[in-house]
Amino acid sequence: MDNKQYDNHLGIIGWLGGGRWGVERYLYILHRVTGLGILLFFLIHIFASSMRMYGPETWAAAMAILKNPIFKLGEFFVFVAFAFHALNGIRLILIELGLAVGKAEEPIYPYKSSLNNQRPLMVIVMVVVAILIIAGGYNTFFGSH
Amino acid sequence: MEKGTNITVFIRRFDPEKDPAPRQQQYTLHVERGMTVLDGLHMIKQTQDPSVGFRFSCRMGVCGSCGMMINGVPGLSCNTQILDVATTALTLAPLPNFNLIRDLVPDLVPMFGVIKGLQPYIQRNDVEEMENPTMEYFQTPHQLEEYLQFSYCIKCGSCMAACPTMATDKEYLGPAPLTQAYRYNTDSRDDAGDARRDLVAASHGIFNCHYAGECSNVCPKGVDPARAIQLMKKDLVLRYFGLGKHKCAHLCKKPDRSTYKPKIEAAPFTIGQ
Repeated sequence: MDNKQYDNHLGIIGWLGGGRWGVERYLYILHRVTGLGILLFFLIHIFASSMRMYGPETWAAAMAILKNPIFKLGEFFVFVAFAFHALNGIRLILIELGLAVGKAEEPIYPYKSSLNNQRPLMVIVMVVVAILIIAGGYNTFFGSH
Repeated sequence: MEKGTNITVFIRRFDPEKDPAPRQQQYTLHVERGMTVLDGLHMIKQTQDPSVGFRFSCRMGVCGSCGMMINGVPGLSCNTQILDVATTALTLAPLPNFNLIRDLVPDLVPMFGVIKGLQPYIQRNDVEEMENPTMEYFQTPHQLEEYLQFSYCIKCGSCMAACPTMATDKEYLGPAPLTQAYRYNTDSRDDAGDARRDLVAASHGIFNCHYAGECSNVCPKGVDPARAIQLMKKDLVLRYFGLGKHKCAHLCKKPDRSTYKPKIEAAPFTIGQ
């Protein structure tokens, strides 16, 4: 095999980078990014909760830091990530079980694909995500607590 | 007589003997209506730079040789008209997610190897009947429709270049091979679904796809690999739980033609008469 070939795999840019792609590909990127964000939150959450091990004073100090408004914004972002990831995940489960992609059909130009079949589901899911984000944002920033 | 327009063409160049990494080269091209990207490349090669490397064969969207990134989107250069995608600038690059041989020529051989590994041919348990057929396999038009769309694949590699999973996972089987596996799995004449299951459901296999859907968007033949992959996942889940129909086509006795009398008599010189 010729070893002078150039490795043209795109790497991280290949899935994180933008381009003239369809909506579903951007949802794919967001799904991964929100998943990683939720994982990061989980680690921070475990770390913050573990402060309780070091006694009430350390715990109280940690809680005082978390009172900072920036953490409230962070909390909102975690909720946004959760709402998107959970609902888009349900959409992906339905699709990956072959429930919203339609049946094989004769390709006639201009071609339609399974993306057209699942688009109503995608639109409904994104509308629900938007409603949840608005409700969550209202509750986070203007709620009574 | 139309006069056409001048556009700037940026071509990604790579010479394995000289260049450590691909570089971009600029050309000015006079474009007229109806001119395809492949025509443009020929024009540049003939009139400006004979060293530009690109691959083509049929010039009519059938062979799948001339796949490349055209203004950032994978497609066939022979069935893309320049003025449809560019008004002032056209950027051409080799398909990513493959090794690069030279200029616009990606190495598609690993993809062919993966396709071959997924056994894209009809296999039956009754080997003797398969090798020395005595009868026909019965297949309804509905059964034909189930796989016909996926049999139009020309293995151009556009879907592999558009797939975000391929970008980071070099071991991933890829949309084109998985579609071919599904095409044969769903063929009612085939018996090897269980053998292919172990190949496609393994690590770096079909479940690494998370439906970015770009393979179906860029497919120049309307094959819809994303649909094939999702339907195959469904099939694999059903197989895992022992559900679904996996009956193989039964043999169909050839009609006895010995007493058949056609309405129009065959010409006396017809072969076989």
